[in-house]
Amino acid sequence: MVTRYSLRVLALGYLLFLLVLPVGLIAWRTFARGLAPVLSALTSPSAVHAFEVTLSVASWAVVANTIFGIGAAILLVRHRFPGKRILGALIDLPLAVSPVVVGLALILVYGRFAPAGGWLERHGLQVIFSLPGMVLATVFVSLPLVVRAIVPVLEELGEEQEQAAHTLGATGWQTFRRITIPGIRWALAYGVVLCLARALGEYGAVAVVSGRLVGQTQTLTLFVEERFQNFDQPAAFAAATALALMAVVTLLLTKFLRPKD
Amino acid sequence: MATIEARAAPISAPPAAPARAPRPRRRPPHLGTGLGLGLAVTYLSLIVLLPLAAVVWRGTRGGDFWRAVSTPDSWAALKLTVGGSLLVAAINIVMGTVIAWVLVRDRFPGKAVVDVLIDLPFALPTIVAGLVLLALYGTASPLHLNLAYTQAGVIVALLFVTLPFVVRTVQPVLLELDRDMEEAAHSLGAGGWLTFRRIILPNLLPAMLSGGGLAFTRAIAEYGSTVLISGNIKFRTEVAAVNIFGRIENDEITSAAAVSTALLVVAFVVLAGLDLVRRWGARRGD
Repeated sequence: MVTRYSLRVLALGYLLFLLVLPVGLIAWRTFARGLAPVLSALTSPSAVHAFEVTLSVASWAVVANTIFGIGAAILLVRHRFPGKRILGALIDLPLAVSPVVVGLALILVYGRFAPAGGWLERHGLQVIFSLPGMVLATVFVSLPLVVRAIVPVLEELGEEQEQAAHTLGATGWQTFRRITIPGIRWALAYGVVLCLARALGEYGAVAVVSGRLVGQTQTLTLFVEERFQNFDQPAAFAAATALALMAVVTLLLTKFLRPKD
Repeated sequence: MATIEARAAPISAPPAAPARAPRPRRRPPHLGTGLGLGLAVTYLSLIVLLPLAAVVWRGTRGGDFWRAVSTPDSWAALKLTVGGSLLVAAINIVMGTVIAWVLVRDRFPGKAVVDVLIDLPFALPTIVAGLVLLALYGTASPLHLNLAYTQAGVIVALLFVTLPFVVRTVQPVLLELDRDMEEAAHSLGAGGWLTFRRIILPNLLPAMLSGGGLAFTRAIAEYGSTVLISGNIKFRTEVAAVNIFGRIENDEITSAAAVSTALLVVAFVVLAGLDLVRRWGARRGD
């Protein structure tokens, strides 16, 4: 009995000081002077611009990784080919790479002075220090999330229904749309939410490739850092609280969507 | 990509079938697999593999690797990163197991909320995590506990972002664990600690190590949460990712690539070790 209570106190105390108090304090500080200053900080032109940049980068990245995620998951589960384990490991690779290294890696290939980046720039597409590079960085860091959400469900689902559809004369596209997609829809939604949360919150990789140009390539997370370093705490706290609220919404959504086994 | 692959399937199937008569018809069409594989590998190569290969190539080219990695500031940053991450993994293995234990075996009001909260560090952007910790443990700390610009601050930031790993790997194992063995041990006169050490711990160990390993790889890679609280003081609180960032900003790309390569190598060694642990755990589970 004593062990039970002391373990409970230890666990909850740890969570209180590491998680609950810090996050609670930032919310309290943000709203300490009411809602009006928060709203005015969040509706300043640079904040609104940062919101827009974040949304557009995140939505491109989510679309790309969703399409890739569905395709790669079907490939990994339904098809047979040599090197399948290697492909699976390579898809997981981005989770082990530091965001800063991600940014450096993209600069080395798509920067102005790299062969590929130089060629693209001569054809009118600047990647680094502009939106395409930020999308690439975001795609990189969130790449495995959709695949990993779908694979177990696709395995669980089995092939019987798809084969039955084939036997009854359905085309591959019909089978995919009528059988596969409905079967994986919750897992897909779960993966998309995870991917979106990661994309909205990415900081390090985007900080490297964006060049952090205020009013041009500044995302919401970069805005938080820049405002804080410039001693504009109310704006930094307001944007941080907005991001934290998004995180809480994501969290609740994933709890709701997570496949229950 | 999935659509292309799915569309390619029926087109490829009819001509392929008569040509290879002995093959069973239900096999997935090879053209579809090939096309899908080609697209997936191209996507991965353009975004992940070529850029990472460029980092390793640039970092190890011309024998500058050791010189760049052993410059005093990079070496100090790598030492702090690896040492700090080991400490963080160790704390996580203990505290994560305690939290998982309390979430599975204990009952108290609000447990469901606590269970949801565990994942918050994964959902929270890292820069927000750093800001949040600085609010409580910074210069204006209401607890009068100022960890800003100290190594302890870096450790707290790393503990924050790695919190869910061990909890989430140990929790399912603990849920599945058969209570019969514990009850048998109890009825044979074993005390709580002996039962834990001889019955429960061996069963949890693979999950604890695997969660700890994941926490370690995450900690050595961490950037955003440490930026604000560490103050990035060279030789004291600068972690490897911050060191790399500084080098990129100063246009020292080659040495940035060398330090990055060192980080990548450490991460891969740990991941390979984790794979071994997982197989060991799977063998024990049989």
